[in-house]
Amino acid sequence: MFDDLIPTPMKLELNEQQKMIRNMVREFAEKEVAPLAAELDKKGEYPTKTLEKMAKLGLLGIIIPQQYGGAGLDTISYVTVVEEISRKCASTGVITSVHNSLAAWPIMKYGSEEQKKKYLPILAKGEKIGAFAGTEPNAGSDLGAMKTTAVLKGHHYIINGDKTFITSGPKAGIIIVFAVTDKNAGTKGLSAFIIENTFKGYKVGSIFDKLGINASQTSELLFENMEVPQENLLGKEGDGFKIALSTLDGGRIGIAAQAVGIAQAALDESIAYSKQREQFGKPIAKFQAIQWMIADMATRIEAARFLVYNAAYIKDKGERFSKEAAMAKLFASETAMEAVIKAVQIHGGYGYTKEYTVERLFRDAKITEIYEGTSEVQRMVISANLLG
Amino acid sequence: MNIIVCAKQVVDVAEIKVDSSTKKPILVGVPQKISDMDKNALEEAIKVKEKHGGKITILTVGAPDAKERMKELLAMGADEGVLIPPPEHADYHVIAHLLAGAMKKIGSYDIIFCGEASIDMFSGQMGPRIAGLLNIPQITYAQQVTVEQNKVVAERNLGEKAVIIESPFPVLITVTKEINQPRLPSLMAILASSSKPIHEWPATDVTTEALVPKLQTMDIKGIPMQRKNIIYQNDLDQSVGKLVDELAKVGVLR
Ligand SMILES: Cc1cc2nc3c(=O)[nH]c(=O)nc-3n(C[C@H](O)[C@H](O)[C@H](O)COP(=O)(O)OP(=O)(O)OC[C@H]3O[C@@H](n4cnc5c(N)ncnc54)[C@H](O)[C@@H]3O)c2cc1C
Ligand SMILES: Cc1cc2nc3c(=O)[nH]c(=O)nc-3n(C[C@H](O)[C@H](O)[C@H](O)COP(=O)(O)OP(=O)(O)OC[C@H]3O[C@@H](n4cnc5c(N)ncnc54)[C@H](O)[C@@H]3O)c2cc1C
Repeated sequence: MFDDLIPTPMKLELNEQQKMIRNMVREFAEKEVAPLAAELDKKGEYPTKTLEKMAKLGLLGIIIPQQYGGAGLDTISYVTVVEEISRKCASTGVITSVHNSLAAWPIMKYGSEEQKKKYLPILAKGEKIGAFAGTEPNAGSDLGAMKTTAVLKGHHYIINGDKTFITSGPKAGIIIVFAVTDKNAGTKGLSAFIIENTFKGYKVGSIFDKLGINASQTSELLFENMEVPQENLLGKEGDGFKIALSTLDGGRIGIAAQAVGIAQAALDESIAYSKQREQFGKPIAKFQAIQWMIADMATRIEAARFLVYNAAYIKDKGERFSKEAAMAKLFASETAMEAVIKAVQIHGGYGYTKEYTVERLFRDAKITEIYEGTSEVQRMVISANLLG
Repeated sequence: MNIIVCAKQVVDVAEIKVDSSTKKPILVGVPQKISDMDKNALEEAIKVKEKHGGKITILTVGAPDAKERMKELLAMGADEGVLIPPPEHADYHVIAHLLAGAMKKIGSYDIIFCGEASIDMFSGQMGPRIAGLLNIPQITYAQQVTVEQNKVVAERNLGEKAVIIESPFPVLITVTKEINQPRLPSLMAILASSSKPIHEWPATDVTTEALVPKLQTMDIKGIPMQRKNIIYQNDLDQSVGKLVDELAKVGVLR
């Protein structure tokens, strides 16, 4: 008689389709991404071939609606893809994340029908890689301080300024660029543009020599009297800051997923190594000191993954997810950092060498605490949501 | 071209651990997957379909939870699936009768693809048994298949040598893992697979025979692998000599 009082159980697992997607991407990452990761990292080589293969599988148009050539999938599916790719190569992971959530998403959300028709299919098919150019030498955490200007002359905006630290900068074909259109209006004076790398006055500057994620080339983009057709304004003049912040909210979920992937890889490597490495006559996995490190890593990773799913779930429901995305990114990136420190420790001297994957993970993890808002910025976002 | 592919859900053998005290394999919590060579069988079927058109039906004898894995095969490119839950006691004899019965029920088929064996039991019996029950030609261990107008030409991998044979339709072909690289389904294909049907046929629908297993499994035990852990140190030349002597003594070198 109490049958109808049994509540619908809350589901904390992927649905069948999401699992199929995860399994497919996991297999792809093991077969196609993992074997190249160390080499690409060493040479700082962009994973062009991998991206072509990913495009064929639809992984460059995960969230792009089907009418524009994408798979039109939900954010949860998307984060499982970014996690599984990042688990084998964090560079390929961030390229995927930036392409989908920082380049395609703002066009999906703020683009005109013409802009969507023109650009989304190209991104979905991976014919061009997407990038996002907000950061400038003197405007990082404080994006509102950017100096790049856009002035309307006839039917073109003329854009002048330097962007820096742009993921995929040297390879991107479609770039979301932010510039000042009204310098007296503060953050309300920023506007967003869809730029093609073929526009006159567009130039790739120097490529950074980085600590990690070396295969994701990060460069300056230099605009000198760059001519941008008026119809490439994204949204309205003055919408730029709003577009940047809401795009980064979504992007953070992707970076959080990247961080979970790196952390999971650190755990995978640590479990395998500690079972096989013997000291004092037994596998080091038999020592409680190692067991506790493994237990702590696994626990935090699980918590981080649930925070990522939670943020993705709230986004998919169409609700405000700014705080949850910031929490996921903050916690997941700090988890990744903790996990890689422990993983190298578990590997002893070997973990400090390039022979072992954990050395790369150690270098790759750090960036997740910096880009798309540093950990300090995430704490600012979270507290501002709580304190008003 | 009507193509049937037999695909079995198996435990991922790479993930099986053996209980050190009872020597029994620990099967709980071990992930399930489609047996590797069955995916090669499907890949080959898809290639044939891409060239010659037709329809691919997956046949699986297994528990209802196998449906989730069968969906992967639909995403890869099969058109529909048929799942036949086995009776409680089933051996090769019983399962071959169920599969052959289902094929008779389907009625029309040109090629039946199977893996050369399944990665869990590796008996290699299923294909030949089915061909026998259907009374059709079989080509086992195919590492290359070419479908022509009225016949199939296949290269059989017999280890030391390869044998090329041909057969008219209908024919049953078992494939080795060398034959191809099974594709991964794209996101769009995964989405599309949700509308492809998986039918469940009770065993009684495919055969009227009383299916009594002929094989009795007494026990399954893991093989303990004992390593000798002999370490040769000091002089290299001497060590190599000693290693060769030891290998000859245990019969590894002759
Ligand atoms: C590899 C890589 C890839 C990148 N990819 C992109 C990209 O594709 N597109 C793009 O636009 N940008 C990209 N960036 C830029 C990145 O988003 C910025 O580096 C980041 O936002 C931090 O800005 P900053 O480097 O100027 O540091 P700063 O803003 O100068 O910060 C320095 C330190 O001060 C702290 N800080 C700053 N303000 C405050 C405050 N109010 N309270 C407390 N602490 C504060 C920060 O947390 C940080 O610890 C990338 C950066 C890197 C390294
Ligand atoms: C750059 C570099 C320079 C070096 N220079 C020298 C040198 O000049 N001379 C020299 O002799 N050596 C040198 N070493 C070796 C260094 O001292 C060893 O790497 C270190 O002692 C750890 O040993 P290991 O790498 O074999 O790790 P392992 O001993 O295998 O340790 C792996 C993990 O297991 C843990 N562990 C091991 N046993 C236990 C236990 N009983 N309980 C709990 N946890 C345990 C360790 O703490 C570690 O976390 C160097 C190493 C490096 C990387």
